[in-house]
Amino acid sequence: MQILKGMNAALIGSAVVAVGVIAAPYYVDLFQIMQLTVFAAMAVLALSLGFIWGYGGILCFGQTSFFGLGAYAYAIAAINFSDSTPAIVMAILIPVIFAALLGYFMIYGGVSDVYLGVITLTVSLILFNMVNSTAGDFYKIGNARLGGFNGIPGIPTFNMPGNPDYILSPEQAWTVTGLALIVVYLGLRVLIASTFGRIIIAIRENETRAALLGYDPRFYKLITFMIGGAIAGFAGALYINWGAFVSPTIFALGLSAQIIIWVIIGGRGTLIGPVIGCLLMQWMVTSIGEQQTLDANFILGAILIVFVLLVPKGIAPTLRDLVLARLPAKKSETAPSNERVKA
Amino acid sequence: MTTPLLQTSNLTIRFGGVTAVNAVDFTLRESELRCLIGPNGAGKSTFFKLLTGQLRPSEGHVHLRGTDISGSLPHEIARKGVGIKTQVPNVFNALTVEENLWIAARHKHTPAYATDLAEAILTQLRLTGIAKREVGQLAHGQRQWVEIGTVLAGEPDLILLDEPAAGMTHDEVERTAELILEINRKRALIVVEHDMQFIKMIAKTVTVLHQGAVLIEDDVATVLQDSRVRDVYLGKGLAA
Repeated sequence: MQILKGMNAALIGSAVVAVGVIAAPYYVDLFQIMQLTVFAAMAVLALSLGFIWGYGGILCFGQTSFFGLGAYAYAIAAINFSDSTPAIVMAILIPVIFAALLGYFMIYGGVSDVYLGVITLTVSLILFNMVNSTAGDFYKIGNARLGGFNGIPGIPTFNMPGNPDYILSPEQAWTVTGLALIVVYLGLRVLIASTFGRIIIAIRENETRAALLGYDPRFYKLITFMIGGAIAGFAGALYINWGAFVSPTIFALGLSAQIIIWVIIGGRGTLIGPVIGCLLMQWMVTSIGEQQTLDANFILGAILIVFVLLVPKGIAPTLRDLVLARLPAKKSETAPSNERVKA
Repeated sequence: MTTPLLQTSNLTIRFGGVTAVNAVDFTLRESELRCLIGPNGAGKSTFFKLLTGQLRPSEGHVHLRGTDISGSLPHEIARKGVGIKTQVPNVFNALTVEENLWIAARHKHTPAYATDLAEAILTQLRLTGIAKREVGQLAHGQRQWVEIGTVLAGEPDLILLDEPAAGMTHDEVERTAELILEINRKRALIVVEHDMQFIKMIAKTVTVLHQGAVLIEDDVATVLQDSRVRDVYLGKGLAA
């Protein structure tokens, strides 16, 4: 287990990336900044699934439920409050409550892994249909019209906390999104290195043994599921901050499948993997979209098959194994006692 | 009479038409070491699963120090001080040996104390040399030791060991026997084993299960000479 190894590397890497995030607007044109912003928002979503699936062992096929709920919660709150700060809180709070309820019935109800996948997928489709049928004046929450399949346009994007009149520029919005990705990544790194993180990994490895040692697997799985929901909801707010628009397609099957592909390609059981997978695949899909010869979904499917067959562990774990194979002596000397303290 | 550490009354479980454990009345005193033997399919492992909450009894009760624990969940029973090494080792494969022990010790203790306790158990079980190895890569015998280590790290009052000597070399078996006697100075144990030589090394009182029910319960010499026990074990080399 390389959880604690390389915590320093993660910090240094994050610092370098953070500098890059802050410097980017000075070197990159606005169009690309906008692209990077949505990529980073999606990478936060990828992290949420990478965490609950890779570390908690929970394969949620409907991570878009929380993403979409977060987006809608943000939209409704931002329109009503005319301030993004409480809206961001709602974008986290509503999905967490929903994850708590859904997770409680699934996990404490003893639903098996496969059915958990089926149920979460179904829930995202139910949400899709529900929100899709909210057209008309009747479906209003405060000042916010849900708009059915047309979605909600013109949602206020992020403003300075405490100063709703100061709306962030696209460059500032990028900086916030890029740094948010880094913060979520580092937060999860710390969480995984904590006692809680070690216990959820232990439960992923052997639920029976964890229970026989006195840990209640249901409790830990539920909390993991809720953390995943919180991060996905936050990603929803970041997504709206980019596009100022949300529609029911946010709950659709396509995105649910894509998140899973990002995590598989990037590598389960790592955090950097889902981020890499997400950025890489989005960049590819965008590039493919610029030409007309080949359909993007066709290429996505082909890449997924190639990865499942040839690089089943995904990019990040495969690269890590290659690096570790080259410096075996150095790794074995790493003192575990120091790492415990860091945890 | 003081309250026994463990007491089952009329403990029964049926799977369809099969009664795997049939009206077992079993009593274990504090700090007792009991061996549980019986041929394959006698219900030994099922009995352990009933004691640890992995299965719910169809009838009857399990009392731990007078508290009814029948129907409690595995983690609740574990918290009351029952630890088990299962027949097929249940360990955390992707974690190292020391991480396995640390997780087990952490349930009751602070991180720092858990590290010390894990360290002490590594030494006690002579696992220090493989402390940094992933458990999934170890041999069966070593995995057994790791699992025994996690059980010890949980510091239970009652330890259930399901075939602790299976797959071990002769030296390892002797070491396991020594260890069991060492553990028994502080804690009660129930040991399920097939290896009669091993039973002779550790046993005081032996309970024999046959077809889910208690056949005989007596001191080791009496049990091993009982003709019914010989019959149910036919061909198992009991006479040796």
